[in-house]
Amino acid sequence: MIRMTVNGKEKIVSAEADTPLLWVLRDEIGLTGTKYGCGVQQCGACRVHIDGELTPSCGVFVGDMEGKSIITIEGLTGKVANAVVAAWDKHQVVQCGYCQSGQIMAATSLLTKNPKPTDAEIDLDENMGRNVCRCATYHRIRAAIHDAAKTLEG
Amino acid sequence: MRPGSHANIPPVSSVTASRRQFLQGAGALGAGLIIGFNVGADGELLAATGDLVANPFVIISPDSTVTVLAKHIEFGQGSYTGLATIVAEELDADWAQVKVEAAPSDATKYNNFEFGPVQGTGGSTAIANSWDQLRIAGATARALLIAAAAKNWNVPASEITIDKGQVTHIKSSKSASFGSLIATAAKLTPPANAPLKDPKDFKLIGTKIPRVDGRAKLDGSAIFTIDVKRDGMLTAVLARSPLFGGTVKSFDATEAKKVKGVVGVVQTPQGVAVLSNTGFWAAKMGRDALTIEWDNSKAEKRGSDDIIAEYKALLSKPGTPVSENRGDIEGAFGPTVEAFLDDKNKPKTENKGNADAALGASVKVVGGVFEFPYLAHAPMEPLDCVVELTPGKCEIWAGSQIQTVDQITAAAIAGLKPEQVFIHTQLAGGSFGRRATPNADVTAEAVSIAKAYGGKAPIKLIWTREDDIQGGRYRPIFVHEVKAGIDKDGKIIGWKQRIVGQSFLKGTPFEGLIKNGVDTTSVEGANNLPYDIPNFYVDLHTTDVGVPTLWWRAVGSTHTAYSAETVMDELAEAAGVDPVEFRLKFLDKTKHSRQRGVLELVAAKSGWGSPLPEGVARGVAVHESFKSHVAQVAEVRIVDGRVKVDRVVCAVDCGVAVNPDIITAQMEGGIGFAVGAVLFDAVTLKDGMVEQSNFNDYIPLRIGDMPKVEVHIVKSGEKPTGVGEPGVPPTGPAIANAVYKLTGKRVRSLPFSLTEFGKV
Repeated sequence: MIRMTVNGKEKIVSAEADTPLLWVLRDEIGLTGTKYGCGVQQCGACRVHIDGELTPSCGVFVGDMEGKSIITIEGLTGKVANAVVAAWDKHQVVQCGYCQSGQIMAATSLLTKNPKPTDAEIDLDENMGRNVCRCATYHRIRAAIHDAAKTLEG
Repeated sequence: MRPGSHANIPPVSSVTASRRQFLQGAGALGAGLIIGFNVGADGELLAATGDLVANPFVIISPDSTVTVLAKHIEFGQGSYTGLATIVAEELDADWAQVKVEAAPSDATKYNNFEFGPVQGTGGSTAIANSWDQLRIAGATARALLIAAAAKNWNVPASEITIDKGQVTHIKSSKSASFGSLIATAAKLTPPANAPLKDPKDFKLIGTKIPRVDGRAKLDGSAIFTIDVKRDGMLTAVLARSPLFGGTVKSFDATEAKKVKGVVGVVQTPQGVAVLSNTGFWAAKMGRDALTIEWDNSKAEKRGSDDIIAEYKALLSKPGTPVSENRGDIEGAFGPTVEAFLDDKNKPKTENKGNADAALGASVKVVGGVFEFPYLAHAPMEPLDCVVELTPGKCEIWAGSQIQTVDQITAAAIAGLKPEQVFIHTQLAGGSFGRRATPNADVTAEAVSIAKAYGGKAPIKLIWTREDDIQGGRYRPIFVHEVKAGIDKDGKIIGWKQRIVGQSFLKGTPFEGLIKNGVDTTSVEGANNLPYDIPNFYVDLHTTDVGVPTLWWRAVGSTHTAYSAETVMDELAEAAGVDPVEFRLKFLDKTKHSRQRGVLELVAAKSGWGSPLPEGVARGVAVHESFKSHVAQVAEVRIVDGRVKVDRVVCAVDCGVAVNPDIITAQMEGGIGFAVGAVLFDAVTLKDGMVEQSNFNDYIPLRIGDMPKVEVHIVKSGEKPTGVGEPGVPPTGPAIANAVYKLTGKRVRSLPFSLTEFGKV
């Protein structure tokens, strides 16, 4: 049994300790907003916040989550997240939408740490560079991030 | 070996049977496929839910919600929004009261007019083939509501108006919501020939309406197939042959069954499936623990280098000429709605004159040999399918792109009739063609697993990303040789092109697209070159390779536009004429006014001919695909020896712009998809084994490589045409033409990453 906090609620899960967090979120807890895209930390579709850190949930074992606080797209709240989601809506970023949970988790993390990122900073792997969108909505993602930054500036 | 043979493929008998069924269906429908529907054909407009089923596309609920049933899948291209916009426009609904649901799988009501009697999405046809039908659906529902109000209020229908979902009789100050009219409307016969709006009165069409699927995709609540849950459902992961065409000789599941959560291991015609009751991970761990001996006696063992070498050898031998083989997607099933598409009088280039003699007489001949690799679609949502088999019934939840093929395939496997197969079409996380297989490969796998498990539980089959990259159904390898020549006045006098590649339609229900031995999808974009060339010849070698292939966003034009538009650039240079001006010289002002229009627009908007910073060059290309015309100008640099695309300016003519923002998004997405493919992408095989496995070695475009994109839409009153695919073809050649300007290298082997550019 592993005890962790998911979106502010305590969860006790029975999955094997070497199960990637991604599949525990999806298959045991039933939070399907976090998506499987590659399973090898290459696409960002499964990115969540673990104790505030942007992390690919396919790349961490649930056994290491004891006592951790995990935020998924379903539980993402706050001023930065609201600005990001509003900007995504305004720019009509989504197409198929499958990768967008991960994109929004990454953008929220980026703007929390760096309220005014440059294009080069946006492109870094630890920010948006890992998040693959096969619909190539990147053009609008970039515009939405700059727009959200402007909103947050006030 | 039959092309496309692979462990994934259902028995040939079911495939051939289905083609026969389709053709019978097509024959029954006759030449006059009706665009619209039989109003009130079912005789009962009031559903048990209390909803008014105004027609197969429009349901009105007591709370006045208007539900538009979409016969086309939403996999990112905005079809749900566009289809609903057309209905809401003619219905005069308030956009806030409109929602969209996937139509059921029923080709008698929801067939794609361009696919004959088949329900499905593809070929960038969603809006084009629904335009008239949904305008009529909206207008008919509107007339029905007006008739109901006229009856309730005892006033002439002609005095009643509808605006933003409010039905009003001004003289008597009476007003009603849609929902309040249901009881009366349900007893009426929907009027025939309801008037359509004059396009100048459009309020929604032509505006940037936000996507109907937008919000749910921002908070994780949108449900895709991979998210579907059924009571008692098991998750399946399937072991397939590592070589295409291999089959299971024997297997040992002892270790797999020891994995906690694994509840079953079953063999199917496609491989060995491991089933778990705890979800994907246990099933995948179970699959990894299987020991399987494969029979590879009939498997494809060639590498891609071997295949390309064989194709190149074929270049010296004459192929099948393309003349008189201008099959179209809408021609696949016989009678078509060509008139609807207004395509009848469209000029098409055919083989003519004497290309060899003209090349001999040319003052300069340009061109060369082009190589295009296998490409995976790699949609973000891996392939998946949920199947629930119960006695006399098969229910499927999937991002089904060709529902009718899925129904027929599932029925054949499950021993049911196609109408006993019910498909709940889900939102799909991308497709780019991958979910439209002529043999319903993923559905066949899932139904086979459910059947092998005795129908004891609903099954969710999930492909891993490795399964996807290594599982075939690629854009085929193509090799082209183009030779083109000009005379002393710089006029193109001869063009000869030989194309070598696999047909993915041979032996499938879509075989009708192969005309006189030429698969249209192999040559489209080459045989219908718009330029005025008096001596023109294209031929094709169709090869047999055991690697399954498929249409990939923009299909034939993904390679034909590249060879054609880069050779046009070479010709322009040989003639000493600006590439835009050169193209315009050979585009007829009447016949090809739309190509000219987008070319002129893109030149103006991109600042064509204006100075650029040091180390940056522009290239241009124009191409028609899926009846839309797109021209692009790419601005390119070389950074650390590799191509970097800074900016792409795009002009598109797709007829009436139903939703300009979605059209823009599709151009952006198509351009990005193409940039990634031409810069980095290739699936390669060595001794029959795929060398790539995931996004670490099949490199997707990432944000840092996405160019700035500017899209300009030509104002048009023509009927709408496709936008999902046409953004793709011009991008590669526009980049290549810019790269040549910078480096002097004509890149004829893709991807660009194969070419060393050094310092510029």
